[in-house]
Amino acid sequence: MMERPAALARRFARNRLAAFGAVVVFLLIVTALFAPWLAPRDPYAQDYQALLRPPSPAHPLGTDELGRDELSRLIYGARISLEAGIVSVGLAVAVGLPLGLFSGFVGGFWDEAVIGRLTDAMLAFPSLILALAIAAVLGPNLVNAMTAIGISMAPAYIRLIRGQVLAEREREYVEASRALGASVSRQIFRHILPNVLSPLLVQASLGVASAVIAEASLSYLGLGTQPPTPSWGSMLRTAQGYLTTAPWLSYYPGLAIFVVVLAINLVGDGLRDLLDPRQRRRV
Amino acid sequence: MWTQLLRRVMLAIPVLFLVSIMVFSLIHLIPGDPGRTILGPEATPEAVRAFDHRLGLDRPLPEQYLRWLLQVLHGDLGRSLVDGTPVSLLIAQRLPPTAELAVGALLLAILLAVPAGILGATRQGTWSDAAGTFLSLAGLSLPQFWLGLLLILYFAVRLHWLPASGYVPFLEEPLQNLKTMLLPIVVTGLRETAVTMRMMRSSLLDVLGQDYVRTARAKGLTPSAVVLRHAARNALIPVLTTSGLQLAGLLGGLVITETIFVIPGFGRLIVDSILNRDFVTLQGAVLVSALLVIAVNFLVDVLYTVLDPRIQPARGLRA
Repeated sequence: MMERPAALARRFARNRLAAFGAVVVFLLIVTALFAPWLAPRDPYAQDYQALLRPPSPAHPLGTDELGRDELSRLIYGARISLEAGIVSVGLAVAVGLPLGLFSGFVGGFWDEAVIGRLTDAMLAFPSLILALAIAAVLGPNLVNAMTAIGISMAPAYIRLIRGQVLAEREREYVEASRALGASVSRQIFRHILPNVLSPLLVQASLGVASAVIAEASLSYLGLGTQPPTPSWGSMLRTAQGYLTTAPWLSYYPGLAIFVVVLAINLVGDGLRDLLDPRQRRRV
Repeated sequence: MWTQLLRRVMLAIPVLFLVSIMVFSLIHLIPGDPGRTILGPEATPEAVRAFDHRLGLDRPLPEQYLRWLLQVLHGDLGRSLVDGTPVSLLIAQRLPPTAELAVGALLLAILLAVPAGILGATRQGTWSDAAGTFLSLAGLSLPQFWLGLLLILYFAVRLHWLPASGYVPFLEEPLQNLKTMLLPIVVTGLRETAVTMRMMRSSLLDVLGQDYVRTARAKGLTPSAVVLRHAARNALIPVLTTSGLQLAGLLGGLVITETIFVIPGFGRLIVDSILNRDFVTLQGAVLVSALLVIAVNFLVDVLYTVLDPRIQPARGLRA
């Protein structure tokens, strides 16, 4: 039985780590949405009088090699990370959910020979290498990076959904509805889909964390967000060139990625404890 | 067991076929005319045509695929677009440092994660268990390239203890090699450690709930004997096999580590081929990475059946 949302929310909040994660994620969303109001300066404005300045009252996190305000770039970078996380996972779910439902429900040739083997083949590629290769041939930019990450993540969702469908469709209540003459779409939308949603939500929330890291990795390698757009990964790429002269440039973008990814992971872990009864802690 | 092995081989064939098609298609994913894109806007139409002809890109797709597949089956992955070196040679040259990193990272992960996992599982619900769980999640969330930069900053730039880069082969200068590889191994092993620790903890918790453990306790064995002699051994089976299955994630991580520390390995080859628009080398390297993953998964499955005869391998390949 599903609990009522209010009860679920209370139980979630009792998990202090997950609650902390949720607060950080909320702050990230606020930062991304209100970046123009929160950033003290224009993240693109170059100041050749103030190149590579260490942190000071005028520039709390210092300036980069073009004299741009590091704090403002960090704030705007939240937008890229959030967008990359949501869009990539959205794409993976948009591909994985229908294919997984179809594969699990139809079974037989399509499931075994076509979709099953296709996911096997895709899972054989190390996902970062697959994403790199796709982004490289499509051309380096944020949209292609998100596409590449989404595609490389999709097979995991196909497999998850398929497994859930196979488990659910054998349950008595679905068999009963089948015996009562329920249509295929009614079985899927009324009975199976709602039960597939919890594991999907857990995997998707953890997936956003991986996607944020993946986008930062691609940008760090020069295959994601392109300059001058501020993204945390590309900021670290530049920072590596100034490790000895301006080490502060290496601190904050990485810290931002770490805190955000950790927060999303904590939320995902909390959701799993909450929604998956098998994982629930034994008291 | 032999029928199972045969079944796994049969299952791998269509997967290998699909992998080959995907890798072959890579070069055709380039928007527009691949020859034009690779050579750049200043290339003459004749040059583009000659290029397409040299790579066989002017032939019908099925013919291109069959030619390519035949070459690959003979171990010929084509020639680098940069200097004409055979791609298979390039990859063979780049594998030793990568293998060293991978083995080092896995060893580090097992050495750190197995005791930590045992600690977490035997003290489930306590303060130290919570700290361990949090640390492993933090390890999973730490971007490798950032950790790499921080370690370089601290140990190389500030303390001058370890070099930031400058790989030398182990056989030439063993000590120098270990010095340069220490930080990269730590960076690569971090993720593996975090994953392995979570696995060890939950696997041991599973085993500790089983009847034979209760029997061992009932006959009066000390708690440490129960855990170490009876439970931990069985709990290790899934842990060791998953660490094999982590190879895919490990190879991806090596791309990053080798880039930060300027190690001339397989991961760096992939990045270089992308930067040089050397799509033939990229194609070969991506193919080899998938083949490595498939081969290791296969071996792990075999190992799994040997170590634990109760287990029937799941349908399909796991990655």
